[in-house]
Amino acid sequence: MAHSESEILEGLAEIVNEETGLPTDAVTADKSFTDDLDIDSLTMMTVVSVAEEKFGVTIPDEDVKNLTTVGDAVSFIAQAQA
Amino acid sequence: MTDQVVITGLGVTSPLGGDVASTWEAALAGRSGVNVLEHDWVEKYDAPVRFAGELAVPAAEVLSVPETRRMDPSAQYAIVAAREAWAHTGSPEIDPTRLGTVVASGIGGVWTLLSQWDNYKEKGPRRVSPLTVPMLMPNAPAAQVSMLVGARAGAHTPVSACASGAEAIGYGTQMILSGRADMVLAGGTEAPIHPLPLAAFARMQALSTRNDDPQGASRPYDVTRDGFVMGEGAGIVVLERESHAIARGATIYARVAGFGITSDAADIAAPAPEGQERAMLAALADSGLSPRDIVHVNAHATSTPLGDLGEAGVIAKVLGEGAVVSATKSMTGHLLGGAGALETIFTVLALRDRKAPPTINVTQPEPELPIDLARDVPRDLPAGQVAAFNNGFGFGGHNASLIIASV
Repeated sequence: MAHSESEILEGLAEIVNEETGLPTDAVTADKSFTDDLDIDSLTMMTVVSVAEEKFGVTIPDEDVKNLTTVGDAVSFIAQAQA
Repeated sequence: MTDQVVITGLGVTSPLGGDVASTWEAALAGRSGVNVLEHDWVEKYDAPVRFAGELAVPAAEVLSVPETRRMDPSAQYAIVAAREAWAHTGSPEIDPTRLGTVVASGIGGVWTLLSQWDNYKEKGPRRVSPLTVPMLMPNAPAAQVSMLVGARAGAHTPVSACASGAEAIGYGTQMILSGRADMVLAGGTEAPIHPLPLAAFARMQALSTRNDDPQGASRPYDVTRDGFVMGEGAGIVVLERESHAIARGATIYARVAGFGITSDAADIAAPAPEGQERAMLAALADSGLSPRDIVHVNAHATSTPLGDLGEAGVIAKVLGEGAVVSATKSMTGHLLGGAGALETIFTVLALRDRKAPPTINVTQPEPELPIDLARDVPRDLPAGQVAAFNNGFGFGGHNASLIIASV
Protein backbone atom coordinates (compact mmCIF):
# COMPACT_ATOMS: atom_id res chain seq x y z
CA MET A 1 0.00 0.00 0.00
CA ALA A 2 1.36 3.37 -1.01
CA HIS A 3 2.18 5.90 1.64
CA SER A 4 1.19 9.54 1.21
CA GLU A 5 3.92 12.19 1.11
CA SER A 6 2.93 13.39 4.56
CA GLU A 7 3.17 9.84 5.92
CA ILE A 8 6.59 9.47 4.31
CA LEU A 9 7.77 12.75 5.85
CA GLU A 10 6.51 11.64 9.25
CA GLY A 11 8.19 8.26 8.88
CA LEU A 12 11.49 9.82 7.80
CA ALA A 13 11.37 12.18 10.76
CA GLU A 14 10.95 9.20 13.09
CA ILE A 15 13.90 7.43 11.48
CA VAL A 16 16.12 10.49 11.74
CA ASN A 17 15.07 10.93 15.35
CA GLU A 18 15.98 7.34 16.20
CA GLU A 19 19.32 7.47 14.39
CA THR A 20 20.47 10.90 15.53
CA GLY A 21 18.33 12.08 18.42
CA LEU A 22 17.12 15.15 16.48
CA PRO A 23 13.53 16.04 17.39
CA THR A 24 11.02 14.92 14.79
CA ASP A 25 9.71 18.45 14.29
CA ALA A 26 13.19 19.54 13.17
CA VAL A 27 12.91 17.21 10.19
CA THR A 28 10.95 19.26 7.66
CA ALA A 29 10.87 19.06 3.85
CA ASP A 30 13.09 22.11 3.32
CA LYS A 31 15.95 20.88 5.54
CA SER A 32 19.24 19.75 4.04
CA PHE A 33 20.42 16.44 5.50
CA THR A 34 24.03 17.57 5.67
CA ASP A 35 23.88 21.36 6.12
CA ASP A 36 20.87 21.63 8.43
CA LEU A 37 20.59 18.26 10.14
CA ASP A 38 24.35 17.55 10.33
CA ILE A 39 23.87 13.99 9.06
CA ASP A 40 27.12 12.40 7.87
CA SER A 41 27.35 9.97 4.97
CA LEU A 42 27.34 6.84 7.13
CA THR A 43 24.29 8.02 9.03
CA MET A 44 22.62 8.93 5.73
CA MET A 45 23.21 5.39 4.45
CA THR A 46 21.65 4.09 7.67
CA VAL A 47 18.60 6.36 7.32
CA VAL A 48 18.22 5.19 3.71
CA SER A 49 18.56 1.54 4.72
CA VAL A 50 15.88 1.84 7.40
CA ALA A 51 13.64 3.87 5.08
CA GLU A 52 13.89 1.24 2.35
CA GLU A 53 12.59 -1.38 4.72
CA LYS A 54 9.93 0.86 6.25
CA PHE A 55 8.46 1.98 2.91
CA GLY A 56 9.21 -1.16 0.88
CA VAL A 57 11.28 0.64 -1.73
CA THR A 58 14.80 0.53 -3.09
CA ILE A 59 16.91 3.69 -3.09
CA PRO A 60 19.97 2.87 -5.21
CA ASP A 61 23.27 4.04 -3.72
CA GLU A 62 23.96 6.25 -6.77
CA ASP A 63 20.69 8.13 -6.15
CA VAL A 64 21.36 8.81 -2.49
CA LYS A 65 23.81 11.61 -3.28
CA ASN A 66 21.02 13.48 -5.09
CA LEU A 67 18.81 13.47 -2.00
CA THR A 68 19.93 16.85 -0.67
CA THR A 69 16.87 17.79 1.30
CA VAL A 70 14.33 15.82 3.28
CA GLY A 71 11.79 16.84 0.62
CA ASP A 72 13.99 15.24 -2.08
CA ALA A 73 13.89 11.97 -0.15
CA VAL A 74 10.12 12.19 0.34
CA SER A 75 9.58 12.71 -3.40
CA PHE A 76 11.96 9.91 -4.33
CA ILE A 77 10.25 7.43 -2.00
CA ALA A 78 6.78 8.51 -3.12
CA GLN A 79 7.71 7.88 -6.76
CA ALA A 80 9.63 4.68 -6.02
CA GLN A 81 6.62 3.06 -4.37
CA ALA A 82 4.26 4.10 -7.16
CA MET B 1 61.02 10.11 43.13
CA THR B 2 59.37 8.47 40.16
CA ASP B 3 55.77 9.23 39.43
CA GLN B 4 53.08 6.79 40.45
CA VAL B 5 49.77 5.92 38.83
CA VAL B 6 46.69 6.36 40.98
CA ILE B 7 42.99 5.65 40.54
CA THR B 8 40.76 8.72 40.75
CA GLY B 9 37.45 7.52 39.33
CA LEU B 10 35.34 4.37 39.05
CA GLY B 11 32.40 3.37 36.87
CA VAL B 12 30.42 0.15 36.58
CA THR B 13 27.36 -1.44 35.10
CA SER B 14 27.01 -5.05 36.19
CA PRO B 15 24.60 -7.85 37.04
CA LEU B 16 24.63 -6.52 40.61
CA GLY B 17 23.85 -2.88 39.87
CA GLY B 18 23.77 -0.05 37.38
CA ASP B 19 26.55 1.88 39.11
CA VAL B 20 29.47 1.49 41.50
CA ALA B 21 27.55 2.11 44.73
CA SER B 22 24.72 -0.34 44.06
CA THR B 23 27.09 -2.99 42.70
CA TRP B 24 29.38 -2.78 45.74
CA GLU B 25 26.47 -2.78 48.19
CA ALA B 26 25.08 -5.93 46.56
CA ALA B 27 28.51 -7.58 46.58
CA LEU B 28 29.05 -6.91 50.28
CA ALA B 29 25.54 -8.28 50.93
CA GLY B 30 26.45 -11.47 49.08
CA ARG B 31 23.67 -11.18 46.53
CA SER B 32 23.64 -13.12 43.28
CA GLY B 33 23.19 -11.20 40.04
CA VAL B 34 22.43 -14.40 38.14
CA ASN B 35 18.93 -15.07 36.87
CA VAL B 36 16.87 -17.22 34.53
CA LEU B 37 17.00 -15.85 30.97
CA GLU B 38 13.54 -14.67 29.93
CA HIS B 39 14.04 -14.41 26.18
CA ASP B 40 12.13 -16.01 23.31
CA TRP B 41 15.37 -17.36 21.91
CA VAL B 42 15.99 -19.59 24.92
CA GLU B 43 13.15 -21.94 23.95
CA LYS B 44 13.33 -21.25 20.24
CA TYR B 45 16.96 -22.32 19.96
CA ASP B 46 16.91 -24.88 22.73
CA ALA B 47 19.65 -23.08 24.69
CA PRO B 48 21.68 -25.58 26.71
CA VAL B 49 22.22 -22.97 29.43
CA ARG B 50 19.19 -20.94 30.49
CA PHE B 51 20.60 -18.51 33.01
CA ALA B 52 23.21 -15.76 33.14
CA GLY B 53 24.17 -12.57 34.91
CA GLU B 54 22.35 -9.91 32.92
CA LEU B 55 22.72 -6.21 33.68
CA ALA B 56 20.74 -5.14 36.74
CA VAL B 57 19.87 -1.91 34.91
CA PRO B 58 19.49 -2.42 31.14
CA ALA B 59 21.64 -0.01 29.13
CA ALA B 60 18.57 1.10 27.15
CA GLU B 61 17.18 2.60 30.36
CA VAL B 62 20.08 5.03 30.69
CA LEU B 63 21.16 5.66 27.08
CA SER B 64 19.40 7.57 24.31
CA VAL B 65 17.74 5.78 21.39
CA PRO B 66 20.48 6.85 18.93
CA GLU B 67 23.14 5.57 21.34
CA THR B 68 21.49 2.17 21.52
CA ARG B 69 21.00 2.06 17.74
CA ARG B 70 24.53 3.10 16.85
CA MET B 71 26.52 1.03 19.34
CA ASP B 72 26.73 -2.67 19.99
CA PRO B 73 25.69 -3.55 23.55
CA SER B 74 29.37 -4.08 24.40
CA ALA B 75 30.12 -0.43 23.58
CA GLN B 76 26.91 0.73 25.26
CA TYR B 77 27.97 -0.85 28.55
CA ALA B 78 31.43 0.74 28.29
CA ILE B 79 29.80 4.14 27.75
CA VAL B 80 27.57 3.71 30.81
CA ALA B 81 30.58 2.81 32.96
CA ALA B 82 32.83 5.48 31.44
CA ARG B 83 30.24 8.22 32.04
CA GLU B 84 30.10 7.31 35.71
CA ALA B 85 33.89 7.09 36.03
CA TRP B 86 34.43 10.43 34.29
CA ALA B 87 31.83 12.15 36.46
CA HIS B 88 33.32 10.48 39.52
CA THR B 89 36.72 11.99 38.78
CA GLY B 90 35.13 15.41 38.37
CA SER B 91 34.94 15.64 34.55
CA PRO B 92 38.19 17.62 34.56
CA GLU B 93 39.34 19.98 31.85
CA ILE B 94 42.49 18.30 30.54
CA ASP B 95 44.64 18.63 27.43
CA PRO B 96 42.95 16.04 25.17
CA THR B 97 46.31 14.90 23.78
CA ARG B 98 47.26 13.81 27.32
CA LEU B 99 44.08 11.73 27.83
CA GLY B 100 43.84 8.15 26.56
CA THR B 101 41.54 5.12 26.64
CA VAL B 102 42.23 1.40 26.95
CA VAL B 103 38.99 -0.55 26.82
CA ALA B 104 39.15 -4.30 26.42
CA SER B 105 36.72 -6.84 25.10
CA GLY B 106 36.98 -10.58 24.89
CA ILE B 107 34.67 -11.14 21.93
CA GLY B 108 33.71 -7.76 20.46
CA GLY B 109 30.34 -6.91 18.95
CA VAL B 110 28.96 -10.40 18.69
CA TRP B 111 25.33 -9.27 18.87
CA THR B 112 25.84 -6.94 15.92
CA LEU B 113 27.74 -9.48 13.86
CA LEU B 114 25.17 -12.22 14.31
CA SER B 115 22.04 -10.08 14.05
CA GLN B 116 23.28 -8.52 10.83
CA TRP B 117 24.04 -11.95 9.41
CA ASP B 118 20.44 -12.85 10.32
CA ASN B 119 19.27 -9.74 8.43
CA TYR B 120 21.35 -10.71 5.41
CA LYS B 121 20.00 -14.25 5.31
CA GLU B 122 16.38 -13.26 5.87
CA LYS B 123 16.14 -10.01 3.91
CA GLY B 124 19.17 -9.74 1.62
CA PRO B 125 22.40 -7.75 1.53
CA ARG B 126 20.72 -4.33 1.36
CA ARG B 127 19.23 -4.91 4.80
CA VAL B 128 22.70 -5.18 6.35
CA SER B 129 23.14 -2.00 8.40
CA PRO B 130 25.80 0.43 7.15
CA LEU B 131 26.80 0.68 10.82
CA THR B 132 27.64 -3.03 11.06
CA VAL B 133 31.42 -2.62 10.91
CA PRO B 134 31.75 0.33 13.30
CA MET B 135 29.45 -1.50 15.70
CA LEU B 136 31.01 -4.96 15.66
CA MET B 137 34.71 -4.09 15.70
CA PRO B 138 36.27 -4.96 19.05
CA ASN B 139 37.97 -1.56 19.29
CA ALA B 140 34.60 0.23 19.10
CA PRO B 141 34.20 0.53 22.90
CA ALA B 142 37.66 2.12 23.25
CA ALA B 143 36.88 4.47 20.36
CA GLN B 144 33.42 5.36 21.68
CA VAL B 145 34.83 6.11 25.12
CA SER B 146 37.54 8.26 23.50
CA MET B 147 34.82 10.27 21.76
CA LEU B 148 32.81 10.53 24.96
CA VAL B 149 35.60 12.30 26.82
CA GLY B 150 37.62 13.68 23.90
CA ALA B 151 40.64 11.46 24.55
CA ARG B 152 43.30 11.98 21.86
CA ALA B 153 46.42 10.35 23.31
CA GLY B 154 45.48 6.94 21.85
CA ALA B 155 42.60 4.50 22.16
CA HIS B 156 43.57 0.88 22.62
CA THR B 157 41.90 -2.52 22.92
CA PRO B 158 43.73 -5.45 24.44
CA VAL B 159 42.05 -8.68 23.35
CA SER B 160 43.17 -11.53 25.56
CA ALA B 161 39.95 -13.34 26.41
CA CYS B 162 39.22 -13.22 30.12
CA ALA B 163 42.52 -11.52 30.97
CA SER B 164 41.57 -8.54 28.78
CA GLY B 165 40.09 -6.29 31.48
CA ALA B 166 43.04 -6.63 33.84
CA GLU B 167 45.44 -6.22 30.93
CA ALA B 168 43.70 -2.97 29.93
CA ILE B 169 44.33 -1.48 33.35
CA GLY B 170 47.95 -2.61 33.22
CA TYR B 171 48.44 -1.11 29.76
CA GLY B 172 46.73 2.11 30.81
CA THR B 173 49.16 2.33 33.71
CA GLN B 174 52.10 1.79 31.38
CA MET B 175 50.75 4.47 29.04
CA ILE B 176 51.07 6.98 31.87
CA LEU B 177 54.42 5.68 33.13
CA SER B 178 55.89 5.81 29.62
CA GLY B 179 54.94 9.48 29.37
CA ARG B 180 52.26 9.16 26.68
CA ALA B 181 49.36 10.37 28.83
CA ASP B 182 48.48 11.90 32.18
CA MET B 183 45.04 10.31 32.45
CA VAL B 184 43.64 7.11 30.96
CA LEU B 185 40.15 5.65 31.12
CA ALA B 186 40.86 1.93 31.32
CA GLY B 187 38.73 -1.15 31.73
CA GLY B 188 36.76 -3.73 29.87
CA THR B 189 33.33 -4.62 28.62
CA GLU B 190 31.41 -7.60 27.32
CA ALA B 191 27.91 -8.31 26.02
CA PRO B 192 28.05 -12.05 25.30
CA ILE B 193 24.59 -13.23 26.36
CA HIS B 194 23.46 -14.43 22.94
CA PRO B 195 22.54 -18.04 22.07
CA LEU B 196 25.69 -18.66 20.02
CA PRO B 197 28.31 -17.78 22.68
CA LEU B 198 26.21 -19.61 25.27
CA ALA B 199 26.12 -22.74 23.12
CA ALA B 200 29.78 -22.39 22.15
CA PHE B 201 31.06 -22.06 25.71
CA ALA B 202 28.72 -24.88 26.73
CA ARG B 203 30.20 -27.09 24.00
CA MET B 204 33.64 -26.49 25.57
CA GLN B 205 32.12 -27.72 28.84
CA ALA B 206 33.20 -24.38 30.29
CA LEU B 207 29.71 -23.29 31.42
CA SER B 208 27.71 -24.49 34.37
CA THR B 209 24.54 -26.27 33.30
CA ARG B 210 22.89 -26.01 36.71
CA ASN B 211 19.62 -24.90 35.09
CA ASP B 212 17.60 -25.89 38.16
CA ASP B 213 19.59 -23.56 40.46
CA PRO B 214 20.84 -20.50 38.55
CA GLN B 215 21.78 -18.42 41.59
CA GLY B 216 23.73 -21.32 43.06
CA ALA B 217 25.51 -22.18 39.82
CA SER B 218 28.60 -19.98 40.19
CA ARG B 219 30.37 -21.63 43.13
CA PRO B 220 34.13 -21.21 42.92
CA TYR B 221 36.12 -23.69 45.03
CA ASP B 222 33.02 -25.73 45.87
CA VAL B 223 33.44 -29.43 45.14
CA THR B 224 30.21 -29.47 43.09
CA ARG B 225 31.18 -26.57 40.77
CA ASP B 226 30.59 -27.43 37.12
CA GLY B 227 31.69 -24.40 35.14
CA PHE B 228 31.33 -20.64 34.97
CA VAL B 229 28.18 -18.56 34.63
CA MET B 230 28.14 -16.05 31.82
CA GLY B 231 27.79 -12.42 32.84
CA GLU B 232 27.70 -9.09 31.07
CA GLY B 233 28.69 -5.54 31.86
CA ALA B 234 31.59 -3.14 32.01
CA GLY B 235 33.99 -1.55 34.43
CA ILE B 236 36.08 1.56 33.81
CA VAL B 237 38.65 3.14 36.11
CA VAL B 238 40.27 6.53 35.73
CA LEU B 239 44.04 6.11 35.93
CA GLU B 240 46.03 9.24 36.57
CA ARG B 241 49.60 10.38 37.11
CA GLU B 242 49.81 11.02 40.83
CA SER B 243 51.33 14.48 40.45
CA HIS B 244 48.54 15.40 38.02
CA ALA B 245 45.87 14.16 40.43
CA ILE B 246 47.39 16.07 43.33
CA ALA B 247 47.77 19.24 41.25
CA ARG B 248 44.07 19.31 40.40
CA GLY B 249 42.97 18.26 43.88
CA ALA B 250 41.42 14.95 42.77
CA THR B 251 40.33 12.34 45.29
CA ILE B 252 42.72 9.38 45.14
CA TYR B 253 41.13 6.00 45.85
CA ALA B 254 44.09 3.67 45.35
CA ARG B 255 47.38 3.26 43.57
CA VAL B 256 48.30 0.80 40.84
CA ALA B 257 51.36 -0.67 42.48
CA GLY B 258 52.34 -3.46 40.12
CA PHE B 259 51.48 -5.24 36.89
CA GLY B 260 52.64 -8.61 35.66
CA ILE B 261 51.77 -10.24 32.38
CA THR B 262 52.80 -13.59 30.95
CA SER B 263 51.75 -16.11 28.33
CA ASP B 264 51.70 -19.86 28.79
CA ALA B 265 52.59 -21.01 25.27
CA ALA B 266 51.01 -24.29 26.31
CA ASP B 267 47.36 -24.77 25.45
CA ILE B 268 44.73 -22.68 23.70
CA ALA B 269 42.16 -23.27 26.44
CA ALA B 270 43.56 -25.03 29.51
CA PRO B 271 45.12 -22.80 32.18
CA ALA B 272 48.74 -23.32 33.19
CA PRO B 273 49.60 -22.55 36.82
CA GLU B 274 53.23 -21.97 35.88
CA GLY B 275 52.30 -18.95 33.73
CA GLN B 276 49.93 -17.62 36.38
CA GLU B 277 52.64 -17.86 39.01
CA ARG B 278 55.09 -15.94 36.83
CA ALA B 279 52.46 -13.21 36.32
CA MET B 280 51.91 -12.83 40.06
CA LEU B 281 55.64 -12.83 40.75
CA ALA B 282 56.23 -10.27 38.00
CA ALA B 283 53.59 -8.00 39.53
CA LEU B 284 55.20 -8.37 42.94
CA ALA B 285 58.63 -7.54 41.53
CA ASP B 286 57.17 -4.55 39.66
CA SER B 287 55.59 -3.27 42.87
CA GLY B 288 58.62 -3.68 45.09
CA LEU B 289 56.25 -5.06 47.73
CA SER B 290 56.71 -8.25 49.69
CA PRO B 291 54.07 -10.99 50.03
CA ARG B 292 53.52 -9.77 53.61
CA ASP B 293 52.11 -6.51 52.24
CA ILE B 294 49.36 -8.34 50.33
CA VAL B 295 46.24 -8.73 52.47
CA HIS B 296 43.65 -9.59 49.82
CA VAL B 297 43.28 -11.32 46.47
CA ASN B 298 40.36 -10.95 44.10
CA ALA B 299 40.91 -14.28 42.40
CA HIS B 300 40.12 -15.09 38.78
CA ALA B 301 38.22 -18.13 40.18
CA THR B 302 35.54 -18.72 37.56
CA SER B 303 33.99 -21.85 39.10
CA THR B 304 35.51 -24.28 36.64
CA PRO B 305 36.79 -27.59 38.00
CA LEU B 306 40.34 -27.17 36.67
CA GLY B 307 40.92 -23.43 36.89
CA ASP B 308 39.99 -22.71 40.50
CA LEU B 309 42.31 -25.23 42.10
CA GLY B 310 45.25 -24.35 39.89
CA GLU B 311 45.00 -20.68 40.80
CA ALA B 312 44.50 -21.45 44.50
CA GLY B 313 47.75 -23.38 44.47
CA VAL B 314 49.54 -20.48 42.79
CA ILE B 315 48.16 -17.95 45.29
CA ALA B 316 49.30 -20.14 48.17
CA LYS B 317 52.73 -20.61 46.63
CA VAL B 318 53.28 -16.90 45.96
CA LEU B 319 51.63 -15.41 49.04
CA GLY B 320 51.22 -18.16 51.62
CA GLU B 321 47.89 -18.11 53.45
CA GLY B 322 48.12 -14.54 54.71
CA ALA B 323 45.77 -12.94 52.17
CA VAL B 324 41.98 -13.11 52.27
CA VAL B 325 40.76 -14.44 48.92
CA SER B 326 37.43 -13.43 47.36
CA ALA B 327 35.83 -14.96 44.28
CA THR B 328 33.31 -12.33 43.28
CA LYS B 329 32.30 -14.21 40.14
CA SER B 330 30.21 -16.28 42.54
CA MET B 331 27.87 -13.25 42.55
CA THR B 332 28.41 -11.52 39.20
CA GLY B 333 29.04 -14.44 36.92
CA HIS B 334 31.96 -14.12 34.52
CA LEU B 335 32.02 -10.90 32.51
CA LEU B 336 34.78 -12.27 30.23
CA GLY B 337 36.56 -9.17 28.85
CA GLY B 338 34.84 -7.04 31.48
CA ALA B 339 35.74 -9.27 34.42
CA GLY B 340 39.21 -7.94 35.19
CA ALA B 341 37.99 -4.35 35.22
CA LEU B 342 34.98 -5.03 37.46
CA GLU B 343 37.19 -7.02 39.81
CA THR B 344 39.84 -4.30 39.93
CA ILE B 345 37.07 -1.96 41.05
CA PHE B 346 36.04 -4.48 43.71
CA THR B 347 39.68 -4.60 44.80
CA VAL B 348 39.91 -0.81 45.06
CA LEU B 349 36.70 -0.70 47.11
CA ALA B 350 37.83 -3.57 49.33
CA LEU B 351 40.97 -1.60 50.22
CA ARG B 352 39.00 1.63 50.68
CA ASP B 353 36.43 0.05 53.01
CA ARG B 354 38.81 -2.60 54.41
CA LYS B 355 36.29 -5.29 53.57
CA ALA B 356 36.95 -8.29 51.36
CA PRO B 357 33.69 -9.16 49.58
CA PRO B 358 32.23 -12.60 50.20
CA THR B 359 32.35 -15.69 48.03
CA ILE B 360 28.85 -17.15 47.92
CA ASN B 361 27.55 -20.67 47.21
CA VAL B 362 30.53 -22.47 48.72
CA THR B 363 28.71 -25.09 50.75
CA GLN B 364 31.31 -27.83 50.38
CA PRO B 365 34.73 -26.26 49.87
CA GLU B 366 37.45 -28.27 48.22
CA PRO B 367 39.20 -30.28 50.90
CA GLU B 368 42.63 -28.91 51.75
CA LEU B 369 42.00 -25.68 49.88
CA PRO B 370 45.32 -23.87 50.48
CA ILE B 371 43.86 -20.35 50.67
CA ASP B 372 41.96 -18.29 53.24
CA LEU B 373 38.62 -17.85 51.44
CA ALA B 374 36.11 -15.15 52.45
CA ARG B 375 32.87 -17.15 52.52
CA ASP B 376 29.28 -15.88 52.75
CA VAL B 377 30.03 -12.60 54.56
CA PRO B 378 32.62 -9.82 54.05
CA ARG B 379 35.89 -10.14 55.93
CA ASP B 380 37.63 -7.22 57.58
CA LEU B 381 41.01 -6.28 56.16
CA PRO B 382 43.77 -4.78 58.29
CA ALA B 383 44.40 -1.05 58.64
CA GLY B 384 47.56 0.66 57.45
CA GLN B 385 49.38 0.62 54.13
CA VAL B 386 48.30 -2.61 52.46
CA ALA B 387 47.88 -4.00 48.97
CA ALA B 388 45.82 -6.55 47.07
CA PHE B 389 46.05 -8.67 43.96
CA ASN B 390 43.58 -8.93 41.13
CA ASN B 391 44.18 -11.84 38.78
CA GLY B 392 42.81 -12.29 35.28
CA PHE B 393 43.54 -15.34 33.17
CA GLY B 394 42.25 -16.04 29.68
CA PHE B 395 41.87 -18.70 27.00
CA GLY B 396 45.01 -18.55 24.93
CA GLY B 397 47.22 -18.73 27.99
CA HIS B 398 47.03 -15.02 28.83
CA ASN B 399 47.83 -14.16 32.44
CA ALA B 400 47.52 -10.68 33.92
CA SER B 401 48.08 -9.81 37.57
CA LEU B 402 47.57 -6.38 39.04
CA ILE B 403 48.56 -5.15 42.48
CA ILE B 404 46.43 -2.34 43.87
CA ALA B 405 47.73 -0.51 46.95
CA SER B 406 45.84 1.50 49.52
CA VAL B 407 46.48 5.22 49.90
